[in-house]
Amino acid sequence: MTYEIVTLYAVTFCLVVGMIFTLVGAIGLLKFNDSMTRLHAPTKVGTVGVGALLLASIIYNGVLGEGAIHELLIMAFLFVTAPISANFIAKVNMHRSNCDAPPELPGDDQWATFDIPAVDRVEELDASTKSEI
Amino acid sequence: MTLATDLMNYALMGAFVIVGLCQIMAMIRVVIGPNTGDRILALDTMVVNAIGLVVLMGLAQGTRIYFEVSLIIAMLGFVSTVAYARFVLRGDIIE
Repeated sequence: MTYEIVTLYAVTFCLVVGMIFTLVGAIGLLKFNDSMTRLHAPTKVGTVGVGALLLASIIYNGVLGEGAIHELLIMAFLFVTAPISANFIAKVNMHRSNCDAPPELPGDDQWATFDIPAVDRVEELDASTKSEI
Repeated sequence: MTLATDLMNYALMGAFVIVGLCQIMAMIRVVIGPNTGDRILALDTMVVNAIGLVVLMGLAQGTRIYFEVSLIIAMLGFVSTVAYARFVLRGDIIE
């Protein structure tokens, strides 16, 4: 009996944590004033927010239901994919000049995302020499 | 027992309201923009919020059938975010 009550309180705690972090992420997404700054707020939703909601589901079903930890799969998937999509969105911001340009590198070095691969560079050279001829 | 059950039901209702509100706030960011990056980010956030809503629905109804739904939404959301970002970056999704 007491153990069910403890479970219900734990589920309540997880739900409250999840909804607070989801709200914080949404407010940050609306209120921040720069594209790259806005990128930072919704990461809280993807990790702690949904993570706490899934944890609530795991605890509730694990103690009062038949008990399974399938939700860990969703959590792991979100944790693995969040940095990749954030990287892509940051690249979109950089390439469309929606943020400050990164500082110049010494010598002929280029930032990896702005660099042309060696294969394409040779093709570009060929095209320019052809046009000269 | 009844107090704990009531508390959990209130927390569940509050979580529904708050996550729905967050969905609307992300939708506002999709509409006002101003850049493509912001729109992609807001759509990604909406997918994550949708997963949260589906999980809450499963918790409220006490069933486990919503697990597959949220897993598929998570996978589709990641793929669509990457596809959209790649389309904006390269003008093509699969080269």
